[in-house]
Amino acid sequence: MSALLWLLVGLPLGAGALLALAGSRGNRSAPAAGVAVAVATLGAAVAAAVARPSASAPLFAGVRAGLAVDGLSAVMVLVVAAVTAAVLTFAVGELGRDENRSRFFGLMLVFAGAMLVTVTATTLPLLLMAWEIMGATSWALIGYRWRQPRRARAADVAFLTTRTADLGLYLAAGAALAGGIGTLDLGALPDAASPWLHLVTAGIVTAALGKSAQLPFSFWLSRAMEGPSPVSALLHSATMVAAGAYLVLRLHPLLAATGWAGPLVAWTGALTALALGVVAVAQQDLKQLLAASTSSQIGFMVLAAGSGGVAAGTTQLVAHAATKSGLFLAAGAWLAALGTKSLPALRGAARRHRLVGIAFTAGALTLAGLPPLSLWAAKDEVLAVARAESAAWYAVGLAAAAVAAVYSAKALWFVTRPLPEDPEAGYDTERRGTRRVARTAPAPLLALTGAAAVLGVLALPGPASWLKHLAGAPGEPSPKPWELGLSTGVVLAAAALAWWGAPHSVPAPRAAVRWAQDWLHLERVADAVLVRPVLRLARALAAFDDRVVDGAVRQTARGGLALARLAGRADDRVVDGAVRRTARGGLVLARLAGRVDDGAVDGAVRALVSGARALGRLARRPQTGLLHQYYAQAAVGFAVLVLILLLVR
Amino acid sequence: MLTAVTFLPLLACAVLSLWPRTLSDRTCLRVWIATAATDLALVCVLWAGFDTGAGMQYEQRTRWIPSAGVGYHVGVDGLSLPLVALTCLLFLAVAVYSFRESRRVRSYVCLFLFLQTVCLGLFVALDLILFFVFFDLSIVGMFFVIAGWGHGERARAAALKFFLYTFVGSLSLLLGFIGLYLAADPHTFDITDLTRADPLAGRGAYAGLVLLAIGVGLAVKTPTVPFHTWLPPAHTEAPATGSAILAAILLKMGTYGFVRIAMPLLPGSWRAYALVVVIVGTVSVVYGALVALAQTDFKRMIAYTSVNHMGYVVLAVGAAGTLAGTDAQARSLAVTGAVTQMVSHGLITGALFLLSGVLYDRGRTYAMDAYSGLAAHTPRFAGVTAVAAFAGLGIPGFSGFIAEFQIFTGSLASRTIATAIAVTGILLTAALFLRALRSMFLGVPRLPQTISVHGVGDLRGNEGLSVVPLLVVALVIGVVPRWLLDVIEPAGRTLTDLVAR
Repeated sequence: MSALLWLLVGLPLGAGALLALAGSRGNRSAPAAGVAVAVATLGAAVAAAVARPSASAPLFAGVRAGLAVDGLSAVMVLVVAAVTAAVLTFAVGELGRDENRSRFFGLMLVFAGAMLVTVTATTLPLLLMAWEIMGATSWALIGYRWRQPRRARAADVAFLTTRTADLGLYLAAGAALAGGIGTLDLGALPDAASPWLHLVTAGIVTAALGKSAQLPFSFWLSRAMEGPSPVSALLHSATMVAAGAYLVLRLHPLLAATGWAGPLVAWTGALTALALGVVAVAQQDLKQLLAASTSSQIGFMVLAAGSGGVAAGTTQLVAHAATKSGLFLAAGAWLAALGTKSLPALRGAARRHRLVGIAFTAGALTLAGLPPLSLWAAKDEVLAVARAESAAWYAVGLAAAAVAAVYSAKALWFVTRPLPEDPEAGYDTERRGTRRVARTAPAPLLALTGAAAVLGVLALPGPASWLKHLAGAPGEPSPKPWELGLSTGVVLAAAALAWWGAPHSVPAPRAAVRWAQDWLHLERVADAVLVRPVLRLARALAAFDDRVVDGAVRQTARGGLALARLAGRADDRVVDGAVRRTARGGLVLARLAGRVDDGAVDGAVRALVSGARALGRLARRPQTGLLHQYYAQAAVGFAVLVLILLLVR
Repeated sequence: MLTAVTFLPLLACAVLSLWPRTLSDRTCLRVWIATAATDLALVCVLWAGFDTGAGMQYEQRTRWIPSAGVGYHVGVDGLSLPLVALTCLLFLAVAVYSFRESRRVRSYVCLFLFLQTVCLGLFVALDLILFFVFFDLSIVGMFFVIAGWGHGERARAAALKFFLYTFVGSLSLLLGFIGLYLAADPHTFDITDLTRADPLAGRGAYAGLVLLAIGVGLAVKTPTVPFHTWLPPAHTEAPATGSAILAAILLKMGTYGFVRIAMPLLPGSWRAYALVVVIVGTVSVVYGALVALAQTDFKRMIAYTSVNHMGYVVLAVGAAGTLAGTDAQARSLAVTGAVTQMVSHGLITGALFLLSGVLYDRGRTYAMDAYSGLAAHTPRFAGVTAVAAFAGLGIPGFSGFIAEFQIFTGSLASRTIATAIAVTGILLTAALFLRALRSMFLGVPRLPQTISVHGVGDLRGNEGLSVVPLLVVALVIGVVPRWLLDVIEPAGRTLTDLVAR
């Protein structure tokens, strides 16, 4: 049974990695292989959703890597696998022959595999691993067309923003361990000891809000629109951004355990739903409009999670995934065909490419929340749960629903206008359009938007209670008839207002419009508050490192050198001087000794010699050679001897 | 067996240098590769026969200078075996990478063979003096590599700075060793005996001074802030192979010294001064990452990321010395993470430095703004560098994540604020690696003005063969880490118990 689960996640991850690394050699077969793997993954997902397998393997000391498919995960794996299959099928025709399709399909599969791990992980480390791999692949996918610098920059912004939030998960893991949850099981997190419980919750909430592009992180989603449309359809509508919502839905017991986290999450969701809805209204670019609406719609899911509505949030997630990926694919089909995503330039696009137009219309009506389509039902489920907790959340949510109707109607109005006189003038602003829609495009488009329309059945009493059972929340409130009536009235009124008001400009201050168009200046604020100060600090520290830290080392070395030179000089002057002076003294002494030697010793010797010589001279005197004198001398000598003898005796 | 593994490269070095003049350069390189491969194979045999639960193994102990308490004592446990294997793998990669080297090949090969023995010897040494000898010889060997095969005149200055700075560090280390020797009764330099005896237990200030001497010696080698400034010039001026060995192996000598010597031999003072270690580690993490972020030179940037990555190790070993507020699991995670980080950093940064060598070979400069859109000319090089960069910024699926996750998770309980600050390091490294990738490889293709378009070739066979296996091993550790953690964890637990006694 666990083999099925490993297959479910291993198949897209392994095949994707191989494809991504195959390079241009795999280009020809990559699209077919990618779709085949995606379809096989969908098969495995269906089997897993039915069989509910679980598996685990040892990872760290006392911590396992666990995977399991429960009710909520079953829904998620189906959504992820189905959208992946649809988007990859669409992408076959979207990418040009000269592009590195192998890399694209490979990365999309790796991403899908990571998302599947995210929604089935039962322990925090495994969740974090998959969570970050999603971020990395999203970087590579947003920057897929890397020759344009702005796309590469956009990829950086998206990755760094989400990773900033991801730090929360790292902290949460450490805090969970500190709080006594040695296994790091997701299910055990609410049992963490206080105060660690609060750190765990804060970390997880931050990571979830970042990934889901909620306030204040929303701006990265705007930049992410630089990626190819299929990427937006998969990552930025149905899966990656939904992962944050999934996480808070999955861990709503943790939110409940702290007391403060539920309201915080709910408020963030509600305000994001409203504010980013307004941002969407202000957009003139179709993909930007859809992106802002994604943030806004995910706000409803986050609102549901914060108010404890797991089933409601899940319904919204599923319905939105189908709707929004269909809409992104439609926008992508037009972008490929007409080379533009600017709304004014897309006037009449729905009439020009009718199949795409039908799909877009169905999707936009669903997004508007019109009955009886899926998001209408899902959103009312969310609002019902929110109302049970707080009237304020309900009011903000209802206003956000009205705004959703406005931006959907606006988008629909533009693309369904009659074609202008010279439509070509507005085309090809982004790239050279092909003026045709690829053969593989309509089928997945219609499948997704069709699903979007009918998924509203999930909110019917029967399926709704089934879903609540599935999500483990059987007691969740359902919308009362008056709520349904009220929301329908509000949405219809807003949509009608937008439809007939669309040709006229909105009477709002220009600064406010610009504020909304620029995504509430969120990126500018982040840039000014965080990015630039950090870069300045980095440069300052680098200079400090060079001048002060290394300078101290150089000074020490220089000091050592100076000391050595000083020592050298001292050596020359003092030590060597002493030696020289000693030598000089020695010389003087020697000279003195020489003089002494000359005067005294040699003098004595000379005196001795001259004494000896004088004696010799004296001794020569008797040797006269005259015999008589010798006789006389002998006689004197004899006489002396006799005298001595006589005296001695 | 261990002695054979250690001295096989030295034997090959001796044979090569004594061989008559007629030896061709190619033959020298082939002999080198064969020796390195054999050594790696031998280490694999060692690994296969290693019993994870049995502590120190393959021990060998003979008398060397008995009058001074010095012996030839070697052995491996879960802390050193991964580093021994890493050393053999890295030297093989460097040998393969050098296959096109043409400058004074025979002495180059001999120098690296000598260095391999020195590095292996250090990781298996169980005697302080033996450790110190190898520690010092590594400085000598690397000095000649940088001075002889670096980038010109500046290389000689950088080599001199490297030599003097780390030599002063090693002197401080020797001072500490002597302090330990004098405190032990009977006097000995043997690490296992000293571990058992814990000679400085309850010796207050004296023990603190010994730890200070040893700590400064190791901190210079690691390097940690503020003793790191020899690193950037040494790396920038060294040849790619020298940088790879310097970063991947020589830096580990410092951090390995912490887990092999400072922690088990001085447990009391380690616990007393754990906060200092934690602060030094955290500062290294954040400071290294921030300064790296401001660099414009690719190789210098990677050099500073080494300060950052080694900072995680220091943070973890400091946290492992903090008993309050933690349990054995957390401390064991921290130590295991620290050793994993040593291996991981060796693999990934080794690969990155070899790749920076490819960059220099093609463009004759490391300046990042001299390049743009390189991926158009060199898709394979760009792809491999991107993978290495993501591995370097700790993306899951590579060994860096396995290491850093354990370090953070194990350290947070006892050192909450320091760890929370250190976690931002992975964001900063992400920013700097992405910026480097973007400015050099993405965007509109543009090359340094001195280089013609035809002059830039993609990754060559031997370059790929040297870098890719390192990344593959990092990937394997990142995906299925148990085979490595099973070796490290028991030793990590032993170490935390030793520190806690």
